Amino acid sequence: MNSKNIRYILSLVLMCEAAGMTLPLICSVIYGEYDMVGIWIGTIALCFVSALILSIKTKTRKTMYARDGFVSVALSWVVMSLFGAIPFVISKTIPNFIDALFETVSGFTTTGASVISNLDIVPKSLIFWRSFTHWIGGMGVLVFLVALIPSNSSGSFHLIKAESPGPSVSKLVPKTKSTAKILYLIYIVMTLTQIVLLLFGGMKLFDAVTLAFGTAGTGGFSIDNAGFGQYSSYCQIVITVFMVLFGVDFSIYHLLIMRKFRDALKSEELRAYFGIIITSIILISINCVSYYSNLFENIKHSAFQVSSIMTTTGYTTQDFDLWPTFSKTILVTLMFFGACAGSTGGGIKISRILIMLKSIVKEIKIMLHPKSVSKVKLNGRVVEHGTVRAINVFMVSYFAIFFVSVLLISIDNFGFTTNFTAVAATINNIGPGLEAVGPTCNFSIYSPVSTLVLIMNMLIGRLEIFPIMLMFYAGTWKKP
Amino acid sequence: MNIIIAGCGKVGQKIAQQLHSELVHNITVIDVRPNAVQDLANQTDVMGVVGSVISMDVMEEAGIKTADILIAVTGSDELNMLACLLAKKLGKCQTIARVRKPEYAKVLKLFREELSLALVINPEQAAASEMARSLRLPSAIQIDTFAKSRVEIFKFCVPEGSVLDNLKVQDIVAKLNSDVLVCGVERGEETFIPGGNFVIKSGDLLSILTPIHTEAQFFKKIGLKSDAVKDTMIVGGGETAYYLASKLCESGVRVKIIEKDEKRCDELCQLLPKATIINGDGTDNNLLLEEGIETVDSFVSLINIDEENVLLSLYAKSVNNGKVITKINRIAYDRVIEKMDLGTTVYPKNITSENIIKFVRAMNNSMGSNIESMHYIIGGKAEALEFRIKENSPILGKRIDKLNLKDNLLIACITRNNRVKIPRGSDEFMVGDTVIIVTLHSGFDDIGDILNR
Repeated sequence: MNSKNIRYILSLVLMCEAAGMTLPLICSVIYGEYDMVGIWIGTIALCFVSALILSIKTKTRKTMYARDGFVSVALSWVVMSLFGAIPFVISKTIPNFIDALFETVSGFTTTGASVISNLDIVPKSLIFWRSFTHWIGGMGVLVFLVALIPSNSSGSFHLIKAESPGPSVSKLVPKTKSTAKILYLIYIVMTLTQIVLLLFGGMKLFDAVTLAFGTAGTGGFSIDNAGFGQYSSYCQIVITVFMVLFGVDFSIYHLLIMRKFRDALKSEELRAYFGIIITSIILISINCVSYYSNLFENIKHSAFQVSSIMTTTGYTTQDFDLWPTFSKTILVTLMFFGACAGSTGGGIKISRILIMLKSIVKEIKIMLHPKSVSKVKLNGRVVEHGTVRAINVFMVSYFAIFFVSVLLISIDNFGFTTNFTAVAATINNIGPGLEAVGPTCNFSIYSPVSTLVLIMNMLIGRLEIFPIMLMFYAGTWKKP
Repeated sequence: MNIIIAGCGKVGQKIAQQLHSELVHNITVIDVRPNAVQDLANQTDVMGVVGSVISMDVMEEAGIKTADILIAVTGSDELNMLACLLAKKLGKCQTIARVRKPEYAKVLKLFREELSLALVINPEQAAASEMARSLRLPSAIQIDTFAKSRVEIFKFCVPEGSVLDNLKVQDIVAKLNSDVLVCGVERGEETFIPGGNFVIKSGDLLSILTPIHTEAQFFKKIGLKSDAVKDTMIVGGGETAYYLASKLCESGVRVKIIEKDEKRCDELCQLLPKATIINGDGTDNNLLLEEGIETVDSFVSLINIDEENVLLSLYAKSVNNGKVITKINRIAYDRVIEKMDLGTTVYPKNITSENIIKFVRAMNNSMGSNIESMHYIIGGKAEALEFRIKENSPILGKRIDKLNLKDNLLIACITRNNRVKIPRGSDEFMVGDTVIIVTLHSGFDDIGDILNR
């Protein structure tokens, strides 16, 4: 454990957060929320001072090892959320700190589950900050740091590895810094494109920007009480398309930019991703045929909801809690599938599901032909045994955490569907669940203990379990 | 530049790390062993590709189309050459191959055109050249040449009771009446590029720059042996021994090689008619005594096991005052080895990577600047770089003492119209000069880099 490296990273993360908070500050000035201006300036100053204190005596840093990478990523997310929650508490929007923390973690982890029941009385700058946390958390703040800081330390890839989702993280180009830059460039360009397209649809600038942030990070915070019903079909379709696009592995976009179209289309994960989306849309449309008079409306709403849940965004145009059970079950299943690895979405990830299904087939083959040699392949390449093993361990830990969490929050005595989907919606970073945590309700019902459990679930889901689990393992904090 | 390194062995690792530290290159490494690739990618910021270096798919994945240099340093000569050939066909990069079998030395002369290899590195031969050079001047621990062999940088240990003891650097020229320049001093763990007021102590390792053929005089003046060795004993009859022996025999040194393997002895006997070949166990001290380890001028241990080499050299040092050279394969423990009294240590792997890096830098320069040659000196802690001054150079026509130079940097030598000059404050730079810079900074690629910005 090298505390200098970790303090250095933490101080940079806080600097970034302070820089990020200048946007809501500007927003509060524009909307004339003068009591908020002071709060923002105060929080920025606090972040800045804490960053300075943390960065004391970190000039002589050492090489970063895998352990430092994991620990600094996990701590960064915790610290970032703690500071991000401050404006909610001080402005009395969410007076309870644990609830405010829930809201912020939900923002950074791109979950989009909220404890606020009346959004129309919340200051605009706070709404903006909530959506902006989605955008920061979507691609990851440490990926952003790696893209920015002049780094000749070789350990920066450990940071990206710990923060990026997926079973195996690979670089796009030889340099970690350039890889991070390319990722953010794609991210920014796509977000801007979406904002422009939404503005074409006649959306207000504030709505376009905040909703685009929510889509890009696959977050899903609503921005007012009126919801999506107030926007035109065009805007809803644009958001649907962009939700799907942000759920795609970003390395596919890099391949497209490099004009390697064939390699991009060969990706099995991409094909499975679109296959699942289209099949689900068709099934739900058929199932919901009696709920909608108009076929276009039916398909539009199913498509929106399927894309929203599959990519773990969590926007809702319809209260899908009212849909037939078959459709609801499909949506809950999609919650677990999640988006592609290397995207901004959460969930188990399609590539993991594919590799697991393939290893089941492989095991069955070996049962029939005990001496046969067979390997799990993805995109025509052998998946290394280490990766398969890591996925198995991931799945076991995932379900263990899942059931322990359901057990813990059941103390609050809500229905099983509520608790089950609440955990599913948080650990997969989606947002809305069913029944008492459904699209029209929110998470303020839970007791502080359950709220903490759900906060942990969100962080565990976003960082893919192990960085957070490592924090609870005593050996992490001992000398190597 | 985009660089592909084929082979993640020790040399591949060393090159990757060294080039990565220059920060300007995009490095991709290829190896068939997933673990080797993984380890290197974890240690250094490079992209790893697992697969055979002679597979087209792997090469394309590694980005051969946009690569500027392919460095083939796998364990196999044949793979290296084939990889270079493939790289030529698939892309338009320069290729460097490590080829070590002596049989290929002649073949390569024939094939060099077809393979269009920019550089062929033979680690054993390069190591042998370095050893032969230090046997020519036994008192020096390390010798590097610059300016088309007109200038050399020597490293030697200041003996006890020498005139240099307690002498200020600025007084050396006056007191000894020789045109030398102290480039670097190692004292214990510390390394200095000394200023004029620096006081030399006995036991210091001094790196000095002299015009060629004046070093013998200088060594005589400070009381060190200055004659070339007359005979040498080599333990271990591998390829390095062959290259070294043939070089020494050419210049009239009596060579005795002790080799365990009888077959190899027969081969060596045919290859080296002038040398004495002894078939016996080189680690047997009775045999060594019988063959005259106590009276021989110089002793070279070239066994393939580092530990035995170290022990043999320590033994030779204890019974003989002559020159001792030790070959060390493993790079990682150089700090420990440096502390032992082993005379000159030669690391073939370091020499290989140094040569390759020198080439890469020079190539980088043909794209923008102007390094003529480069050496790591003072135990690898400093670089000595040779630049050529061009018309648009920022230091042109300026007096040296008026330049705003970076710290830990020394303008060591100017070569003008084939004349070597140790620069003084009043000297000015002119177009066409070559200048040698000694510095603790790394990654310079233009003479302008010596100035504070």
